[in-house]
Amino acid sequence: MARISLFLSGHDKEDENKVCRLFAITSNEPLSPMVALRALDVMKEGHDGSGVGLLMTDLGGDLEQFRGSPILSGIFSQEGIKRLDRYMMELGLLTKFKLSIRPVKMPPEGTPKRDVYLIRVYEYPLEWEGFTEAEIADRLMRIRIDLRRLGGQDGSMVVFSFWPDTIMIKEVGDPLAIAEYLGLDRKGLKARVIMAQGRQNTNYAVTLYACHPFFLQGFATMTNGENTAFGPIRDYLLSRGFPGYTGYQSDSEVFTHTLHYTVNRLGLGIDDYKHIITPLKDEELIRHPDSVFLRRLKHGCRLLAIDGPNCVIGCLPDKTLFMVHDSKKLRPGVVGGRPGMFAFSSEMCGLDGAIPVREGNYEFQPMKYDLACVDASRMEVRRWNQWEPCTRLH
Amino acid sequence: MGTLHPSALSPRDLPWRVCWDRDRCTLCGQCTAVCPVRAIELGVHRRREIPVSVGLGERPGNVYRVFYGIDQKTDPAHACVGCGMCSFVCPNSAIFPVRSEETDKLKFHINQGGEPRRRGGRRNDTASVLDRIKFVRISMLTDPALDAGRHEFELRTLLGRILPPEEILKSAGEDGWAPPVREIYPLIVGGMSFGALSPNMWEGLQMGVAYLNEELGMPVRISTGEGGCPPRLLRSRFLKYVILQIASGYFGWDEIIHALPEMKEDPCAIEIKYGQGAKPGDGGLLMWHKVNGLIAAIRGVPPGVSLPSPPTHQTKYSIEESVAKMIQSLCMAWGFRVPVYPKISATSTTTAVLNNIARNRYAAALAIDGEDGGTGAAYNVSMNHMGHPIAANVRDAYLNLVKIGKQNEIPLFAAGGVGKNGNLAANAAALIMLGASGVQVGKYLMQAAAGCVGSEGDRCNICNIGRCPKGITSQDPRLYRRLDPEDVAERLVDVFLSFDAELKKILAPMGRSTSLPIGMSDALGIDDFHAAERLQIGYMV
Repeated sequence: MARISLFLSGHDKEDENKVCRLFAITSNEPLSPMVALRALDVMKEGHDGSGVGLLMTDLGGDLEQFRGSPILSGIFSQEGIKRLDRYMMELGLLTKFKLSIRPVKMPPEGTPKRDVYLIRVYEYPLEWEGFTEAEIADRLMRIRIDLRRLGGQDGSMVVFSFWPDTIMIKEVGDPLAIAEYLGLDRKGLKARVIMAQGRQNTNYAVTLYACHPFFLQGFATMTNGENTAFGPIRDYLLSRGFPGYTGYQSDSEVFTHTLHYTVNRLGLGIDDYKHIITPLKDEELIRHPDSVFLRRLKHGCRLLAIDGPNCVIGCLPDKTLFMVHDSKKLRPGVVGGRPGMFAFSSEMCGLDGAIPVREGNYEFQPMKYDLACVDASRMEVRRWNQWEPCTRLH
Repeated sequence: MGTLHPSALSPRDLPWRVCWDRDRCTLCGQCTAVCPVRAIELGVHRRREIPVSVGLGERPGNVYRVFYGIDQKTDPAHACVGCGMCSFVCPNSAIFPVRSEETDKLKFHINQGGEPRRRGGRRNDTASVLDRIKFVRISMLTDPALDAGRHEFELRTLLGRILPPEEILKSAGEDGWAPPVREIYPLIVGGMSFGALSPNMWEGLQMGVAYLNEELGMPVRISTGEGGCPPRLLRSRFLKYVILQIASGYFGWDEIIHALPEMKEDPCAIEIKYGQGAKPGDGGLLMWHKVNGLIAAIRGVPPGVSLPSPPTHQTKYSIEESVAKMIQSLCMAWGFRVPVYPKISATSTTTAVLNNIARNRYAAALAIDGEDGGTGAAYNVSMNHMGHPIAANVRDAYLNLVKIGKQNEIPLFAAGGVGKNGNLAANAAALIMLGASGVQVGKYLMQAAAGCVGSEGDRCNICNIGRCPKGITSQDPRLYRRLDPEDVAERLVDVFLSFDAELKKILAPMGRSTSLPIGMSDALGIDDFHAAERLQIGYMV
């Protein structure tokens, strides 16, 4: 009897099971974002098409020539554009190039009408000359946060990123319909690294700022599932005294900031990131060759450990894409491709859709201890797991 | 009838009245023998009967008969404490104490000779904010609830100063000193001294703790309380499960210091007691009744004298001077290998203490004991009216640490009223999610592991005079032999195993398993708006 009732309720179960579908691709040849969005569409059975988040970096097309210049991505009203111009003018930041999208058609169902999807390249002011990289990174971040704050008052400006070689687009609605509406298949819009996610947040109030991927100073991540340790992690990041650790409309934003904290603030690597968010258990650590250091790291970063079913796909400033899972491995995730082009997908069908012809020896489904990454050379899928000795000397 | 004087009370004026059923009584006398306060005695009663014969032939007359029964004494020194041992031993269930339905008059007279009431036990108030806190964030669809029985849970906590990650990396590079950190179970057996507890109770707890560690792999730790530690334990490998407490009387520390060169293991930690929740601002109090030869030897004092610890450490004139130095001295005694942390009573000035501790890199943690903490002996007024509830205090402390970004550096341990109404795991989980790294528990263990009859209804509460009817807090062999240490150990293990299962039953539905949810206040709710505001948790109705 129980078996029958389970069967009968199967349809509901499927609906309930919808989680964010994630897809990222890295390719030597610049690709249109449509590749990633079509892959999302293949995985549509599992997401509800309620939104899209897109990150493009290592740009090709029209923007390749502006590699070092910061690009502002966001959604602006007419009033917002005016405010933005005044604000940037005061800082001495001048527009160098625009790829902004002003939709003329009616938006697809469920998508609000916006004035401008801004993609604007700026030129650094003269007085920034001689600034160190860190100083520039700090300024760019503060400007983005400030614009977000100013725009948040009346909703006139929604800012996703302000960083060289990076474009972000986020919107509510069906990913493919939005892509068509915004004309994302245009020739000049191409990138070698693309991250896409096909759903609005469900766990907190719907806001564009809650839509993955999240981005901070070159670090980006997107995640599915829910991180139940979100509260203490958020509190810990907020109390680090770093202005970029802000937002947190989504529990997944902490993955990006923890990554930033690990690499930028602590000077550690991506393998240490895995050790921080999913530390080995106490009894496991005893058997690890770097147990002394890892135990200390676990203690010190205790409040950054995640808890939840999560598949995390991220991108580092050096354009390395990676995938890790929570320590219970309650979400799927697969990496595959061929030298020159690799994709990271939360579902096998997404990978099949985007790269139908792959070399099987590169195919890898990371398990709970694993990290899979592909660097900018795109030659191989590097596999690493937490039982290996730490790669850097501590 | 005696003289009617102001403190003359009738049984009805007492908090507990002993009801006795003449028809069921076998006159065996066991109840009067067992009564710890001699509240009842065998009495010989005369009763007048007037037998009336049928007809008018004989005139009715008096017949005086004698019967034997139980008398309840009414003088304050022998007032029934409601422990119920009489009904425990009665073969016919002929006797039992009953709570007076109105406020007793005894409380106005229990200060004969100008001596205020002193007692052991608890605050006698069933109210508990912790009991009202609910875990409202349930995982279901966006993240699946976990299986408490099948998933792996890491329920350990850290006791010890944890350096910020930046400093950990720096000290790892320099191969420098890092503060000692212990990975322990978040439920700690709180400080109950050898002296306050009977030898059998102490031995039982120690055996239970050793079993939990060595057979079940649960790193449970036990604090000694202020009364020293038996010499053999100091020199045994089991010392690593023990937190040695030093308090203002320094009892037993002569023995401990002398044992230092012979210690096989370092103790888990050193707890410096500056205050306790049951009697904040007052020192420990071991009354002379309980200071027998053994206790006197371990504590290094003459037998048969009351041992009131000073309210404060006599060397201390400022927090910087004494607390810092004392912490550092004790760190030094064990070569900086043992965490040393202060324990204070919850107070509105907790955050000031905490901020000071936060600046002292040798301070390993802060234990905060709330007003509902229990005690072996204290003035009634201290127990009932002094102190601060633990929930708000530990929350303030945690939020203060969050504000200065040190919430992971100084673990907070909460105590006082955890499980006071029997909800041990729920109370502990609530405190952990409010910000505690772990909890200390005493009274609950006395009830669950040894059958203490005390309750929040002023029952028994005679721990101070050494006549504990269950042998838990007595130093009289005739009493403590009632308690088998093996039984205590077994029950202690039962308690920890069931606590563990219940804690998982709380954490699993919230989707937490990889680490203890310290400060996970987004999962908490309470049905009182002001309490919710105060604790910065959800308000739910």
